Amino acid sequence: MMIDLRKLLCWFCLLLSTHGPLYAALDIEIFGGGAAKIPIAIMPFAAESNLPQRITTVVSADLERSGLFKLVDTFGLVPHDLEQVNYVDWQNRGASALVIGNTAMLPDGRIEVRFRLLDVAKRVQLAGFGGTVGPDQLRAFAHRIADIIYESLTGEHGVFSTRIAFVRKQGNQYALQVSDYDGFNARSLIEYTEPIISPAWSPDGSKIAYVSFEKKKPVVYVQTLATRERKAVANFKGSNSAPAWSPDGSKLAVVLTLHGNSQIYLINADGSGLQRLSQSPGIDTEPRFSPDGRWLIFTSDRGGSPQIYRMPLSGDRAGMAERLTFEGDYNVSPRYSPDGKRFVYIHRNAGRFNLAVQEFSTRQMQMLTDSKFDESPSFAPNGRMILYATEINGRGILSIVSSDGQVRQRLSSESGDIREPVWGPMLKQR
Amino acid sequence: MNKILGVMVVCLLSACASQTTQPISDIEDRSLGVRGGEGARNGMGTDGFGLSPLQDPNNILSRRSVYFDFDSFSVKSEYRDLVLAHAAYLRGNANAQVLLQGNTDDRGSREYNLALGQRRADSVRNIMLLAGAREQQIEAVSLGEEKPRALGRDEASWAENRRTDILYQGEY
Repeated sequence: MMIDLRKLLCWFCLLLSTHGPLYAALDIEIFGGGAAKIPIAIMPFAAESNLPQRITTVVSADLERSGLFKLVDTFGLVPHDLEQVNYVDWQNRGASALVIGNTAMLPDGRIEVRFRLLDVAKRVQLAGFGGTVGPDQLRAFAHRIADIIYESLTGEHGVFSTRIAFVRKQGNQYALQVSDYDGFNARSLIEYTEPIISPAWSPDGSKIAYVSFEKKKPVVYVQTLATRERKAVANFKGSNSAPAWSPDGSKLAVVLTLHGNSQIYLINADGSGLQRLSQSPGIDTEPRFSPDGRWLIFTSDRGGSPQIYRMPLSGDRAGMAERLTFEGDYNVSPRYSPDGKRFVYIHRNAGRFNLAVQEFSTRQMQMLTDSKFDESPSFAPNGRMILYATEINGRGILSIVSSDGQVRQRLSSESGDIREPVWGPMLKQR
Repeated sequence: MNKILGVMVVCLLSACASQTTQPISDIEDRSLGVRGGEGARNGMGTDGFGLSPLQDPNNILSRRSVYFDFDSFSVKSEYRDLVLAHAAYLRGNANAQVLLQGNTDDRGSREYNLALGQRRADSVRNIMLLAGAREQQIEAVSLGEEKPRALGRDEASWAENRRTDILYQGEY
């Protein structure tokens, strides 16, 4: 395990010291033997060191973060084209897949990129792809290559072209930002001098619901990304917060103090049709819909400490809510996995706040992180990774952990205090 | 609940009985668990020096923060006199209004903390209402963990941020 880690660190150090733009990760931690990981060799593409962004560093980071791949050392080998490949070299290094490619700068400033994914044992090409892109699209193109490799080798959808949203606080300015899944290319959707919390993507990725304190109290807004048009959808007496979209995008669960304590209500996505869902004398908050839309999972302190509960969408009458967590006295922020079979949440233990996952069927709990202050977990749309906020030197940063807990990676961020990250949906057509 | 009401009735009775008592020293004001009548002595207006009782550092009404334990919203006994003094002031000044802002430390869930801050504000509000303040005089809101007063990452800072602030008109 240590050897693996050191080897990887060296490999990255080599990249950092010999090539231009900084690699996205501040550090990477690998846990476990990785026996089930696919060993893949990714050759630096021909002439890519001349580009503003090296493509294979992005591809390598994408694949490794997923927790399903182990990067094989390419040092000393040189193939860029099919005829240069000596499969025996790669078999000796333990690679079962090999990625090679070329880049070429065109006279108009655009870049031509070609790559091949090869099966080392069968000595055949599994996928190939090429295209011409502008310099500012190199990262997006690299994410597409990673998606193709991921899908070819695992049979699952890759999520490397998806986006995330988060709140960046800088001085007294709060910005709701949208970026690539790895934190790059961030741009602001809105900026205010009052706090913004709890962004939530609509299922089709076209809108984000969030809570803004701009009216000196929490109000839920829905904003359309393309037009930036926004609407207050929950602005009732008292506090309005914790929006969650129904899987079909037609409704929002929200938390209101309209009738006293924080309780869960249902509204239509346009703000109409208020309906109370939870009925407890305590706090009910952080609702999330199950992927099939039949259940709500939420945080409640009805039992004396905050714990995770589940109730049918038909409501909480007659004690229909079922308590799901029993370990410890502080379990909050539950989110369903995309397949609905488990949920991730924040568990407090010995003063630390960490990510844990629990299976619905077995009630088995597994800790995924061990730093001090982890918050706001959210699953990637394919369920393989979990994005969350953690803290370094008093500053919030983004981090990703593979959902088996074996690969953990902090993402860099230019500046500011990052919080409330949430992974966006898989889009049919980008 | 019965216990709380019992304590409050005692407090209220002693408060009423002490309308005419002389000002109590600052030290006694701050002593813990003392059920005194200091709360009601400034029923109205200003004292002899023209200083508002809300600003007079020798008056318990100048104290505006009620502190809580981690993940707790119950008002500790040491803050009951403080809350009751403000309730008495509201009772005696029908035009006075307060905004109660509940706060939490910044660990854990922001949404849960928003709800917890509301319960901290509501706890103070409920005591004030039981002690005779009127609903329309009190607004209870939560700032959750969003507006920390102390910015450190240590127990002292977290303790400072687990509180409900009592603000009168013109102070927010």
